[in-house]
Amino acid sequence: MTSVTDVNEKSPLANMGSSGAYQKLLAFASLIALLIGFSIASPNFMQTSNMIAILQATSVNGVLAVAATLVIITGGIDLSVGTLMTFCAVIAGVVLTYMGMPLLLGVAAAIGAGALCGLVSGTFVAKMKIPPFIATLGMMLILKGLSLVISGTRPIYFNDTPGFDQISRGSLIGKVIPSLPIPNGVLILFIVAIAAAYILSRTVLGRYTFALGSNEEAVRLSGVNTDVWKMRIYALAGGICGIGGILIASRLNSAQPALGLGYELEAIAAVVIGGTSLSGGRGTILGTIIGALIMAVLTNGLRVLSVAQEWQTVVTGAIIILAVYADMVRRKKSG
Amino acid sequence: MISASSLAREDHRAQNSKITMQLSGIGKSFSGVNVLRGVDVEISGGEIHTLMGENGAGKSTLVKIISGVQPPSTGTIEIDGQAVQFDTPAAANDSGIVIMHQELSLMPDMTVAQNVMLGQEPMIAGLWVDNKALRETAREALRKFGFSLDVDTLVRDLRVGEQQLVEIARALIMDAKLLIMDEPTSALSQSEADILMEVVRDLARQGVAIVYISHRMDEVFEISDRVTVLRDGDLIGTTLASETTPGELVQMMVGRAVEIKPVQRTVPAAPDVVLKVEGLTAQHQGRKVLDDVSFELRRGEVLGIGGLLGAGRTELLETIFGARGGGHAGQITLEGQVVDLRTPADGVDHGLALITEDRKGNGLLLERSIADNVVLPLLPRKSRFGVLSNQTRDDEAQRVIERLRVAATGVDHTVGRLSGGNQQKVVLGKWLATGPSVLLLDEPTRGIDIGAKDEIYDLIGRLADQGLSVLFASSEIPEFLAVCDRMVVLCEGRVAGTLNREEMSLDAIKDLSMQFEQL
Repeated sequence: MTSVTDVNEKSPLANMGSSGAYQKLLAFASLIALLIGFSIASPNFMQTSNMIAILQATSVNGVLAVAATLVIITGGIDLSVGTLMTFCAVIAGVVLTYMGMPLLLGVAAAIGAGALCGLVSGTFVAKMKIPPFIATLGMMLILKGLSLVISGTRPIYFNDTPGFDQISRGSLIGKVIPSLPIPNGVLILFIVAIAAAYILSRTVLGRYTFALGSNEEAVRLSGVNTDVWKMRIYALAGGICGIGGILIASRLNSAQPALGLGYELEAIAAVVIGGTSLSGGRGTILGTIIGALIMAVLTNGLRVLSVAQEWQTVVTGAIIILAVYADMVRRKKSG
Repeated sequence: MISASSLAREDHRAQNSKITMQLSGIGKSFSGVNVLRGVDVEISGGEIHTLMGENGAGKSTLVKIISGVQPPSTGTIEIDGQAVQFDTPAAANDSGIVIMHQELSLMPDMTVAQNVMLGQEPMIAGLWVDNKALRETAREALRKFGFSLDVDTLVRDLRVGEQQLVEIARALIMDAKLLIMDEPTSALSQSEADILMEVVRDLARQGVAIVYISHRMDEVFEISDRVTVLRDGDLIGTTLASETTPGELVQMMVGRAVEIKPVQRTVPAAPDVVLKVEGLTAQHQGRKVLDDVSFELRRGEVLGIGGLLGAGRTELLETIFGARGGGHAGQITLEGQVVDLRTPADGVDHGLALITEDRKGNGLLLERSIADNVVLPLLPRKSRFGVLSNQTRDDEAQRVIERLRVAATGVDHTVGRLSGGNQQKVVLGKWLATGPSVLLLDEPTRGIDIGAKDEIYDLIGRLADQGLSVLFASSEIPEFLAVCDRMVVLCEGRVAGTLNREEMSLDAIKDLSMQFEQL
């Protein structure tokens, strides 16, 4: 007999079918447990300012993790999200500081550069059939190198572009509700997340993203030009990395060309903790955001408790393994 | 660990270690679908026992059960009178049952000796591999079995036939008493196949039981002592090779005990030709899979595509659809226009729909819902500015569920949890929703139960009455009699003959299927 356990979730953030719902729930429960645990352990933890610090710390990793989620759902992987973020920040620096262009143009250039680089990765993967791991590993190094070359290995400051630092550090919400000065970076993360969730659940691109990860050959035989759609997904992910580049550059009020390496692993960790399957076909943006929050809460909470940073890294590693193991156990049970 | 004693044991095989395996009432079901039912077979040491059957007949499932890859759902396995249960392939190995897979499972960058001795390496002090002893033992074993192979050659540098010999040597070094060979000659040249079969006969003479899977008729009669035929998960029979004929075996493989009642057609096919194929010739890996195939398909007609496994049925449908990426010779004309279809997208654009034979492998997204599956080929057409509303998606899926009477809880039912028949209805429904003019069906009733089969035959008849043209490829001959107006029978990639409804009979189709077989 067929079992009747499928639930149709209607919220756009969650509407990805029942797959992954369990781990998402588990991840959410873990997040709450961590918040409660740290609050009990330290009275300084549950302060508004600390909560805002956690959210601010989530913003860049969260945006990159959203980009990584899209690619991972297709059954691929993107190792270049971190250095692509830096590359886009450097491009913004070149356009704004070196060329003196207006603010909006700098932002558009960063996002455009990101989408273009994503398209290049996508071409390697879809057209040239290079495994995603290799293609994006290559892109990761190319972009790291290019960032250093273009910037002359020096940071580019945005002191001549008034308002650039406000993109991430300002607070539109704080202007409306003064007691809740949530930085714009966080607002941007949530806008990106909701947009990505909408794309995944409602658009043709989103449906093909899941379909490609489930059974690429079946999609091809359904008359879909799989190569083109895959390239579009990588390009979209690249564009989102461009937003990440703007966020980090704005927060530091500079483009730091040496930054970026290691960010891709943090992003992938958030995706995995959030219940997205590395083998593709399953995953949610909501899960990824929860995953990114868990990582930020852990880092912050352990710091508040004065645990050495070395140990914070150890704990994060253990959490990743636990999260995936929980998913394995569940899937084995459900057969 | 391999030792002189296990090689010495070889000599006694003929006398005292012949195996007798008795399978009784073996059945297997996957999520409620029976793929094997009540199979009784006896396999004895010294015999070459061939398993035959079309794709999906249950051969590989049976082999998996014998070799401990999967447990049976019902039934018992006895070895030499003792009931056994293999939970892992390793447990089966311990009882002397070794399987040689269709795909080679060798390590290409290791030497012949290392491959032969894999898992049985002689050790020094339990820590270091004794390379000298390893090479010596491997060399001696190869010499003993009569294989002339250099133990230091990398497997990568061997020809496929030689690699097969390495696989066999590995099986023998494990002291195999029952060796399962899954189409071992499929990748071999004729002379290599001859050598392999000589080796197999020699093993049988030494007392090893051989379970041999093949669909090459000439080979089956050359090598087998007994032949067991499976069809649709049922044991059709076991017979001595010397007491049967190729015709009888084909009858056993494709005939069906339960007669199918012909579908009532109300509207005869129109005279105008919808699809015209002329001189279609295609190669795959240097082998001709289609050779000068020509036929016409009229509007509202169901044209059967018959032939044995490997005759070119699937290749024909895939080539027409564009799924084989062009590169064929010959001309395809659709609705009076010569077309050159190179991708499935081209095929869909021209009103074609292909229902593949492997619905789980490449027909469905098993983890996704009915709705997600149904809209896959429809997305560009039904979406506005790249957005498809859930309402549209669910409406399309609901229509499919109602039109084809899919037994599901709703449009969100995960396809992987449906029965085979309902899965096939989803595939059909997904394609019918695109409004095709030609339906290419490849084994549309494989692996689904009789009731669902009849429903699908009825549906095909009704669709044709409505003016849809259908190519219907199948390995089950009675199906053609049930649904087809005419049929083309392929043999080794060529058209062996075309039959009208009145000319169609089990015998006529069977004879044409073997037209060019050299027996």
